[in-house]
Amino acid sequence: MKTASKVFTVAVFIFLYVPMLVLGIASFNSVSDVVVFRGFTFDNYKALFQDSVLLPLLLNSIIISVIASLAATVLGTAATLGIQRMGKRLRRVTMFMTNIPLTNPEIVTGVSLALLFAFVGQALKINSIMGFWTLLIAHITFNLPYVILSVQPKLTQMDPNLTSAALDLGCTPVQAFFKVVLHEIFPGIVSGALMAFTMSLDDFVISYFVYGPNFVTLPVEIYNYTKKPLHPKIYALFTLLFLVILLMMVVMNVLQARDTARHRNPRLRKSGGPIN
Amino acid sequence: MKRQFLSGPYILWMVLFTIIPLAIVVYYAFTDSITGAFTLKNLAAMGTYLPIFLRSIWLAVVSALICLVLGYPVAWCIAQAGPRAQRFLYMLVMLPMCISFLLRTLAWVSLLEDTGIINNLLGRLGIGPLRLVRNDGAVILGMVYNYLPYMIMPLYTVIMKIDHRLVEAAQDLGCGGSQVFLRVTLPLSVPGIISGVTMVFVPAVSTFYISQKLGGTTSTMIGDVIESQFKTAYNPNLGAALSLVLMILVLACIAVMNRFTGDDESVATI
Amino acid sequence: MSKELIRLEGISKAYDGEVVLDNINLYINDSEFLTLLGPSGCGKTTTLQIIGGFVKPTAGSVLFDGVRINDVPPHKRQVNTVFQRYALFPHLDVYDNIAFGLRVSKVSEDEIARRVAEMLEVVGMRGFEERKVDNLSGGQQQRIAIARALVNRPKVLLLDEPLGALDLRLRKDMQVELKRIQQQLGITFVFVTHDQEEALTMSDTIVVMDKGVIQQIGRPEDIYNEPKNAFVADFIGESNILDGIMRADRAVEFFGRRFACVDEGFAKDEPVDVVIRPEDVDIVPADTGHLCGTVTGVTFKGVHYDIIVDFHGFKWLIQTTDYHPEGAYIGIRLNPEDIHIMKKSRYSGMFGDYSSYSAEYDEIGDAALAEELEEQEEEG
Repeated sequence: MKTASKVFTVAVFIFLYVPMLVLGIASFNSVSDVVVFRGFTFDNYKALFQDSVLLPLLLNSIIISVIASLAATVLGTAATLGIQRMGKRLRRVTMFMTNIPLTNPEIVTGVSLALLFAFVGQALKINSIMGFWTLLIAHITFNLPYVILSVQPKLTQMDPNLTSAALDLGCTPVQAFFKVVLHEIFPGIVSGALMAFTMSLDDFVISYFVYGPNFVTLPVEIYNYTKKPLHPKIYALFTLLFLVILLMMVVMNVLQARDTARHRNPRLRKSGGPIN
Repeated sequence: MKRQFLSGPYILWMVLFTIIPLAIVVYYAFTDSITGAFTLKNLAAMGTYLPIFLRSIWLAVVSALICLVLGYPVAWCIAQAGPRAQRFLYMLVMLPMCISFLLRTLAWVSLLEDTGIINNLLGRLGIGPLRLVRNDGAVILGMVYNYLPYMIMPLYTVIMKIDHRLVEAAQDLGCGGSQVFLRVTLPLSVPGIISGVTMVFVPAVSTFYISQKLGGTTSTMIGDVIESQFKTAYNPNLGAALSLVLMILVLACIAVMNRFTGDDESVATI
Repeated sequence: MSKELIRLEGISKAYDGEVVLDNINLYINDSEFLTLLGPSGCGKTTTLQIIGGFVKPTAGSVLFDGVRINDVPPHKRQVNTVFQRYALFPHLDVYDNIAFGLRVSKVSEDEIARRVAEMLEVVGMRGFEERKVDNLSGGQQQRIAIARALVNRPKVLLLDEPLGALDLRLRKDMQVELKRIQQQLGITFVFVTHDQEEALTMSDTIVVMDKGVIQQIGRPEDIYNEPKNAFVADFIGESNILDGIMRADRAVEFFGRRFACVDEGFAKDEPVDVVIRPEDVDIVPADTGHLCGTVTGVTFKGVHYDIIVDFHGFKWLIQTTDYHPEGAYIGIRLNPEDIHIMKKSRYSGMFGDYSSYSAEYDEIGDAALAEELEEQEEEG
């Protein structure tokens, strides 16, 4: 059964990565055609870096993603700390609310935010309210649950006595957080931030409903683009993004590996152990 | 006690930008698009969209099931690997999700279309061009492709957590390989199955881009309709009503699913 | 006469209506090794946490050197804690762990170096400064935790079951070691444990607790030889607890026979609990014994035999180095000093005889009880 499943798994992975391959090869194509490969060239990449339209859009996407993920990380980490101290009922309600953007279809989230902004716009008599700020608010909103769900396990996993020990040794609660707790939950914060960043960078559906004409992100523009034939520059962009994200995931992987290695040390669990 | 206030800003944010928007959706759904008065007209119009709702559900269910069939063996296989291999494979599964799903879907278009890569290759073998795109099958393929990782991830997480000593106990009591799977692994992985099916079904039923690109004129899904109400037809009230029904549908499915897991926590796993 | 350092007056604590501590009154002297002893859930850790400032009592006062410190937060109290699983900071090495409290107090780095070295010497861990905490064994971690607490020169050290995770022999060594450190430094130790043997070994004073109420306070010998009620008698060491009647001062009657004893001050014909330690019973031939019974079980324990004897349906435990086979009909003799009388309390009759050693054993096969517990869990 094992070998059969291994073969099957390889087949599925091939299935998953075929489009990457197709687009990757197309990015090196000398002709703007995905189907037929004429000649190998770096021209598309050169054109990409000289492009005056795509690069600013990419920059927009990056800006939004960075700001939104940072804001969500700070807000979400603070929230996780507060949630840990909540009573059972309040925590349940809060976690339910946290899960809404995750379980709601993206289109509903997008539509609901669009309506909110339209409503506010009408009330404040602002004509075109959609723009950078509406986009940012939307991104922060859907990033928050990812941060919380990333930091929370690290916080519950932490030995609660560590905070008590820090207080016992003279720290104020704030000092205890920065000197001890932060170090323990840091991997969760980092992975939450990275996940938020990735989600933001690639977001299309929600951005599509709340963006404004003066601040467009890359995925939205690609959607508009695809009403005409695509230039291979886009494939070049895509391949580059793929490699960057691959790199980021490898980094995350290594960080996680180091973290689990520490917690799985056979002589110890967290602190204190029966093996001597 | 003071620390609870740390979550204050977050709660305020969520109420403002999650709860209130949903309330506004409800408001618009019950409001006439021209007069602004209370009306049930929008909801009554749901009747005309019933076939589209049904088709969306059908396509999403089929996609979810296919994802299950494809994803379960993969998740199981990854869970049997050594810890480093597991991490690596898991990353490989997650990686496609992080890359523009627009472009990935477009890649499938170029693979499947009449003058696309597959037909090109088939042409060289003398097989006439097959109608691979602009039908329901292509939409399902697109959805399976895009959402397969969402099935594999929760399945893998659950299967991996199954205590290996349970497997050993089953073997000790006389179970061979397939018996162990059927009697121990499969039943214990049910929460993962439910989680995975939900995580595929929800985006699948509400998708609009995939059906636009890969589907034919008869493949319109509910997501397409909602999108057009907001972007082209500009009837946000009808769009809101459709969204409301969609949301209720999804919540109903999740509630049913949650009953089966018997868990307090939400079905979403990361 | 030692001066009183800590006083708990009328301390009560309730969580969500559930009472965890009920009117605790005790005082702790300077340089004293005091142990809070009791089963899980008796409130001993909560009491410790109240002294440390991690838990606020719902009623009562905590006095330190005569000053009420209820509202003083933990980081301002002259108290340090050794936690149950040590709680060493994983991201810091041994030196930085020990130096942590000193750095927070902004002690100079030179002074810190001096004091850390001194403390490592005291706990016998010289040379471990740069080691990562995760790589240390349980016993080593424990010493670092102690060093980390003591380097701050607290007036009081609180220890929350610090030896629980160590194995048996090491635990015994650490008990002696902790006692040595305490006496060498002259610091007050407040020690929490559920292990009565540990408490007897280390303490100057033992406070026995059950269900949030102090049962008895005293020196180890007093607690052992003169338990106040059936709970203490049963919790500390093994005891045979019988029903008896005080016929007069220094005369008690049980099993239909009068025995001379050394306790007085009870009312005439008052029903009492009689405690006889298993090791105090002499086995003699049946015809010369005060009481006669049949041996129903013999277990070899190395140091002695555990012999279960049935007297009129009530099973006693007798510990002796002589072997007596199962089924033998034997007699016992009791010395007056070995018969200890206690007033009846709510614990009387709870502990039964030696048909089994523990209450849990009897409850294992009790299906009705299991159902009741399951219902309770679902509600709670």
